[in-house]
This record gives sequence, C-alpha cells and structure tokens, in this order.
Amino acid sequence: MSGKLLQRRVDRSGPADYDHLMEVRDIHLSFKGVKAIDGVSFHVDDGELFAIIGPNGAGKTSLFNSINQVYHPQQGDILWKGESLMGLKPNHTAERGIARTFQNIALYPHMTVLENILTGRHVRMKSGWLAGSVWLGKAKREEMANREIVEGIIDFLEIEQWRKYPVGLLPYGVQKRVEMGRALAMDPEILMLDEPVAGMNLEETEDMARFILDVQDELGIAIILVEHDMGLVMDIADRVLVVDFGKQIAIGEPAEVQQNPNVIKAYLGEEVEIGQQ
Amino acid sequence: MLYSSYEADQALMNTGPKKVILTLFLLFLAFIPLQMVEGIPDLIPGFDFLGNNDWLKLLSTACIFAIGALGLNVLTGLAGQVSLGHAFFMGLGAYTAAWLGAAPGPLAGIGLPMWIWLPAAGVVAAIVGVAVGPTAVRVRGLYLAFVTLGLVFVGEYIFRNWSTLTGGSQSGRTFPDFELRLWKEETPLVDFANDGTWFGVALSGEAKTYYLLVFLLVVFVLLAKNLQRTRAGRAFQSIRDRDIAAEIMGVNEFKYKLTAFGISSFYAGVAGALLASFVGRTIPERWDLFLSVQFIAIVLIGGAGVVTGTLLGSVFVITLPRIVQDFTGWLTEYVTEGNGVFVWLADLLVVTGEGDFGLINVQQGIGSGLSVSILNQVLYGLLIIGFLIFEPLGLYGIWLRIRNYWKGWPFTY
Ligand SMILES: Nc1ncnc2c1ncn2[C@@H]1O[C@H](COP(=O)(O)OP(=O)(O)O)[C@@H](O)[C@H]1O
Ligand SMILES: [Mg+2]
Repeated sequence: MSGKLLQRRVDRSGPADYDHLMEVRDIHLSFKGVKAIDGVSFHVDDGELFAIIGPNGAGKTSLFNSINQVYHPQQGDILWKGESLMGLKPNHTAERGIARTFQNIALYPHMTVLENILTGRHVRMKSGWLAGSVWLGKAKREEMANREIVEGIIDFLEIEQWRKYPVGLLPYGVQKRVEMGRALAMDPEILMLDEPVAGMNLEETEDMARFILDVQDELGIAIILVEHDMGLVMDIADRVLVVDFGKQIAIGEPAEVQQNPNVIKAYLGEEVEIGQQ
Repeated sequence: MLYSSYEADQALMNTGPKKVILTLFLLFLAFIPLQMVEGIPDLIPGFDFLGNNDWLKLLSTACIFAIGALGLNVLTGLAGQVSLGHAFFMGLGAYTAAWLGAAPGPLAGIGLPMWIWLPAAGVVAAIVGVAVGPTAVRVRGLYLAFVTLGLVFVGEYIFRNWSTLTGGSQSGRTFPDFELRLWKEETPLVDFANDGTWFGVALSGEAKTYYLLVFLLVVFVLLAKNLQRTRAGRAFQSIRDRDIAAEIMGVNEFKYKLTAFGISSFYAGVAGALLASFVGRTIPERWDLFLSVQFIAIVLIGGAGVVTGTLLGSVFVITLPRIVQDFTGWLTEYVTEGNGVFVWLADLLVVTGEGDFGLINVQQGIGSGLSVSILNQVLYGLLIIGFLIFEPLGLYGIWLRIRNYWKGWPFTY
C-alpha cells in the first residue's frame, strides 16, 4: 500500500467548541455478571493516534462495541464532540463520522470489492430506493461521483485486479485492505482499528504501520488502534491506554506507560516470558 | 482499467456480447406469437410451438410470476429475509384491482381504468406491508417465516369472509380486463384481452396479453436491476451478509428491512392484480400457502439475489407442470402401445389402469400413485431442498458454470 494518498473530501473547518473529539467517561459493562469493562476513561483529540492495548479478553473489542452502541454500558458516558452517544443506534455513530474495522473481518462476503467499499459511502450518499430504481438524474450522478471516489480508494489500496470479485473468495490480506477501504470510504473523523495487523508477517505489519501513519498525517483522521501486541503500538501511537480484565491499568505516552510497574507486571511480564521461550 | 468510463461500466449491459444476446432474446420474445399469424413463416425453427395459445398463456403466467418473484427476490435474495406471506400481498393487490377496476355490479367495483388500478394494487399491498412490517422485521430467520405464514392464513380468512368484495369461496369473482382507457369511456384505447389487429397484423387476445405482460416484465426487471446496483440495494445486501457490521457502517437496519418488505409487497400486489385479471374468475383460496411456496421455489431455484436467476426460475416453475403433464401423457401412451424396450420402466412410473402400480397417476381416481398436481408440489419441494444443498446459486449458478466451462474451451480442466 503506497502511492499518493486520498484527499479529504469533507471540510470540517467549523468551530470546534468541544473539549475532545471523543471522550469515554468511566464506563462499566457487564454480561450476566461477567465484567467486560470495569471503569475505563480516556479521550481522543482531533488527529491523534490513540492506542488501546491489553491481553485477549481484556475488553478492547467491547470498548469499540460500546462506542458504536452495539453494546450499552450500564454506567458511564461516551461523548462525541461533547454530545453523548449513549442510547443511539450503531448507524447513528457512523453518521457522526465514526468508522471501524473488525478483529474478525466483517465484510459482506457475497458482494464484490467495489460494492463493499461503496457501502462505506452509504452515510455520505442520499438517494433512496425509488430514485435508485428509476436511475435518473440525481441518483445516477450521485452513484457515478461516488463510484469515482471508490475507484480512487481501490487504486490507492492496490486492489484493482480484485474489484469485481466477491470478497468472500479473496485472500485474507486482500480482505483486510478492502475492509480498510470500506472504512475510509466513509470519510470518517475517527477510524477505529481492531487488531489490524493480527495474522500478518513482519513486512505486512510494517506496511500497515506506514499506512496507518499516512491516514493520520495526510487525512488528519484521528485513530484508535487496538492491539494485543505492544511492538507496533509503542512505535507509532501518540498515547496509549493499557487495559487488563476490563480495568484501566495505565494511560499516557508510550515511554511513560512502558515504565509503569503495573503494566510490566500485568502485561510485559507475559511478553518477556513468551519472548524468552 | 478496461472501461473508458465508470458510466459505461455501470451500464446494465456493460459488454458487447451481453448487448447482442439481450437484443436477440428480446427479438425472440417478440417473434414468438407472430409465428401463428397467417403469412408469417416460422421464424424460430424448433420453438414454433411456443406461439400456440396455450403456450402463450404459460409464458404470460411466467411473466406475471416473474414480476412477483422479482419482489420476493428483493426481500429474500437481497435483504435475506424469508417470507411466506407473498400470496397474501398478491391477494391484496388482486382485490384492490377488483374494487377499483371492476365494473359496478353485485360485487364491489367502481370501474376505474387500468393505469389506476394496477399501480394502486401495488401501493395498497405496499402500505399494508409497511404497516405489518414492524412486527415482521423485528424477528429473524425462521420466526419471520412463521409470522409471514400467519399472514397468509389470516389473509385467506379475511378474503373468504369479505364476500361483498371477493365473492366468497363458492363463486369467487371476476377482475377487470387488460384494457387501456383514459377514463371510463366505452371503447378502450387499447384492448389487450380480445382478438384484434395491431399495425395490420391480426393477433389473438392471448398474443396481445402476452405482449403487455412481457412489456411490464421488462419495466420491472429494469427497476429491480437498478435497485440492486444502487445505494438501497447495497444496503439490503449488507444487512443480508452481516447485519451488525452493516449497522456499524451506517445502515439503518430496521428502516431498510421495512423498505425491502414494502418493495416486495408492491411487486406482489401488482403481480396479484395481473394474475387475477389474467386468470379471470378467482376464488379467495387462490391466495394460499402453496402460491407463496411457488415464489420461494422460484427465487431459490433461480438463484437468490440474482435477477436473471429469478427470470429463469419463473419460466422453470411455471412450465414444469406442463412438462410433467406432457411427459406423463407421452409415457402412458408409450406403455399402452407396449412395444418399446423401456416399457417396464415407464410402467413403473405411470398408473395405466386399476390395480396397476405407478408413481404418477394421470387417470384421477383410479389406482395408486400421485396426481400430476401433487407430483408438481413434491417436485417443487425436492428442487428447493436440492438447490439449497447442492447449488445455492440456483439455475443461475448452473448457467455460470456452463458459461465458464465454454469460456475456457478448448482449454477445459
Ligand atoms: N456479547 C458478549 N456476551 C458475553 N460476553 C461477552 C460478549 N462480548 C464480550 N464478552 C466478554 O467480555 C470480555 C472481553 O471481551 P473482548 O472485549 O472481546 O476482549 P478483547 O477484545 O480485549 O480480547 C470477555 O470475557 C468476553 O468473553
Ligand atoms: Mg478483541
């Protein structure tokens, strides 16, 4: 993934009368007694690359699902530009500019690469079913314009040769890229990546890291990066949150966090052991 | 890039061969009835039998079923929701058409022209669909099948008892003819139901009706194809493939499921009105579960989510009984003549007289075996199961395989 990056299409130069782009305030989420999230607070600012790390089962994906309002935390609040997201539907979070990729790829397997990425444009398009059925005037122009945007994303991700294939038939690495393309097609203000380098080799991981930095730098999109592996995160994140068993262990700049004794005990200790084997 | 512009690529017929094949196919459809016309030679050798009035009727029925099935394909094929309620919405459409379009008489009817009753049939069905939809779309999978199954039974009950509109089970009622009028004038602008002359060509009523229905089908195919490849169509498919991800990507699941339900009901309503008008006198029991099952069969046999498949499925499901009937008739003759090598096999298949064993019975009331209509139902069932298990892409999938086979020819592997 290289080449000239996409352009920002949405002008967001309006007044910023909020403290933080996103703010999570002391949320608690449990499933039938199992505490998935147990008092986590953090904020993300415009254009920031914020990382969340923690071992498997720490509650990272549940945090994303809470932000998307797929899960509804029993306590706490989640603010988007100063306004609460609590009680909204998942599609409302997308409309506000929150995009996401999934730990286990969640593309639409029977749709082509092109169609999958076009679904990312859903929130930026307007035509309804009737205008679409008749395929006249505005609806047609809108389809064409958005098709062009999507072709740009496809070129950028270097997946041209696959564009007419149903994604379900494509290799894992290509699917990961398509999912990234679908999220970027939303023109989001924040991009939430759930373990984007899981299952990737060193070279692919480096590619992905560069890509994430490009998205942050050139598009100015804020990123929340969830990883269970520390390596990547410590290199590229502006700030890091460490969670374990749903609890917040540490938050701060990578260097600080790495020194934190709780982190070393709960997290790095395990890493070191694995490394030594 | 292979295409010079996205518009060209986005066009429905984006390759030369597709254009040629489609044009030839439409010409073929247009020529079918002409072969029966005095002075016009058989243009399509081998297919001239299609021009007979009874085959024209079958093809017309297939067109009507295809229109209905295109609707179910939006709901089941695109949005992934299985509905057994299609027959109910067809009934709604039919009685809306009757009430608006039939001449005033003992049964309800206010005699409005076809350009009103036909769209209205779709609109009324869609409104009812959207009204009952919230209950239906909140449940998933099999539960949805049960809820919509309930609709069919409730609908049949209402239709049977509302006899001032439906004529009741005893006699049923007639429906407005296929005639184009501006308003309520005496002679219609275009009369599709009776024999007449168009552009100097003498055509039977069956042929004219056939042309009308092919035209309507083409319109509905275009609408369905466009829907599928635009924003709402993609939203439906995303819900089908992964509902939670679709919502997270901004698709309002409830709204789009309801929309799919409404669109599907619209198509059903139109198809119901067309079917009733085409068949003539119809009793309320016409809108029963078996009709719904036929539509499920069309969508699944043709290939869920594929418009071309829906068309193939319709022709298949509608002509199957006729083919079975002709085949058993031929078998019976073959056995009666009794001098072929495979008479023993044919004899096992058909019942030829009292006490004879056979799978199929063409002489109703004598001996064992399935009647042709029961056999058809069994065949639909077996085909649905067979396609679900072995070829989820349906007839369309088989067509793809054949095409890919020939594409690679002679380098097949
Ligand atoms: N839908 C759910 N129902 C029940 N338990 C869940 C659900 N989602 C997550 N959990 C539980 O919450 C905890 C955190 O899971 P998750 O957020 O997936 O962790 P991570 O992404 O950090 O690996 C786990 O114990 C998991 O079993
Ligand atoms: Mg996870």
